[in-house]
Amino acid sequence: MPSDHTLFNVFAAVFAALALSSGIAAVLKWRLAPGASSAVIDNLNARINAWWWMVGVLAVAFWIGEGGIIALFAVISFQALREYISLTHTRRGDHRALAWCFFFFLPAQYVLIASHWYGLFSILIPVYAFLLLPISATLGSDAERFLERAAKVQWGLMICVYCISHVPALLTLEIPGFEGHNAQLIFFLVLTVQSSDVFQYVWGKLFGKRKLAPAISPSKTLEGLVGGVLTSTALGAALFWMTPFTAWQAALVALTINIVGFFGGFVLSAIKRDRGVKDWGTLIEGHGGMLDRVDSISFSAPIFFHIVRYWWV
Amino acid sequence: MIEKLFALLLCHFAKLLTGVRPLWQGCAPEPRLRVYFANHRSHGDFVVVWAALPPELRRRTRPVAGADYWLNGGFKTWLINKVFHAVLVDRRPERDGPNPVDQMAEALRAGDSLILFPEGTRNLGEDLQPFKSGIYHLACQMPQVEFVPVWIENLGRVMPKGALVPVPLLCTLTFGAPLTLQADETKPEFIDRARSALLDLAPPAN
Repeated sequence: MPSDHTLFNVFAAVFAALALSSGIAAVLKWRLAPGASSAVIDNLNARINAWWWMVGVLAVAFWIGEGGIIALFAVISFQALREYISLTHTRRGDHRALAWCFFFFLPAQYVLIASHWYGLFSILIPVYAFLLLPISATLGSDAERFLERAAKVQWGLMICVYCISHVPALLTLEIPGFEGHNAQLIFFLVLTVQSSDVFQYVWGKLFGKRKLAPAISPSKTLEGLVGGVLTSTALGAALFWMTPFTAWQAALVALTINIVGFFGGFVLSAIKRDRGVKDWGTLIEGHGGMLDRVDSISFSAPIFFHIVRYWWV
Repeated sequence: MIEKLFALLLCHFAKLLTGVRPLWQGCAPEPRLRVYFANHRSHGDFVVVWAALPPELRRRTRPVAGADYWLNGGFKTWLINKVFHAVLVDRRPERDGPNPVDQMAEALRAGDSLILFPEGTRNLGEDLQPFKSGIYHLACQMPQVEFVPVWIENLGRVMPKGALVPVPLLCTLTFGAPLTLQADETKPEFIDRARSALLDLAPPAN
């Protein structure tokens, strides 16, 4: 049975790992010839600095408790949806539907999660938004590219709100013998998937040779993918003691969410290429926008939620 | 005092609501005498251009606005005169007041830059409307002034004409390379050059 200091300890470990990374990055920068500068090392430093902020915010949300975590992911959804719709071509006739997305469906989804209403939060967007948003768009009396516009709005709502909301939804699961510790599942999911992104970046930078799909994401390599996914799967397995899983189960679950998470980043890269941009935004220095950071979480969260719900609840 | 505070609050509010991100692509934000000319989709357009300028430039930059819309007494009039220090022009052809081009040239001579929407009115369509000729006449009167194209992306989608609720999208402002009137340039040539310079900054249509 995990003790109540579990989350405190694991956050302390993450901060220690960040301190180590900052140290390594500082040494790399210091070893550069005087006056020289390297875009890769500057970007590395910017990325690590942003991680301090992101882990800090996450730690505060965990410390506040369920309300803090739900509010944090609502804000993440809001920013991600903002970035998505900003880069997606909609027309004047969609304005009403967009207002519904931001000011009704997004808050409603998180209110339903806060009230643990599984029956409704799992269908609000796939059923009700799916049917009501195109109705609202037809009231804009503009049929040009109608199907394309309706699909884009629904897809953005699914990725940015519905999928991401499955992270705090983990708090609603009633797992026998694990009561009061659900926040640790969130920590497991976020750490495993995000560390997979980090390890893919590190493995890719150190050993990356074979490009995976240059037409979609120029920086992703086979070496980065395999090395990154396996390293963070090992990390996930090592964290089994803070989950309801055994070590092997934890490894299998971590492998699954890492692979799904990888493809999440891949799919959202394809959209970015199509729109001719490199990043979704500029919110997080060194990383790009919010959606650049949470693309893998968005794809893995619902899968993780349903794996746990099916076999452990 | 209250005007300055209100201006600051409005700037922060505009930045928060629109996440406005200026991209200085063709020039740097320098304190030179300029006419920033932009596409016009929303009443908020000049506010975001104004808010995106660095504070020292913002203090010496005045929007050009239509008197018929803003001069109806009350809050709107106070806002446009005291907070934005706008150059208010009468857009009606049958006006008996001063010529708008003379008013703009006078503001430039006093050392203030301008924010101008050469389409003349808000554009409800997807593309850029033809420019009014005022921009050319202004360039003839003030040939030393730099005309900087500014493409405003997304703001028309935040608050289209007739909408009640703004949608919180992120806006991008792209500042292009400055234009000046060439020695032997005719009116259609200059207007065409200015319009293409602005269109070149627009992201590729979907």
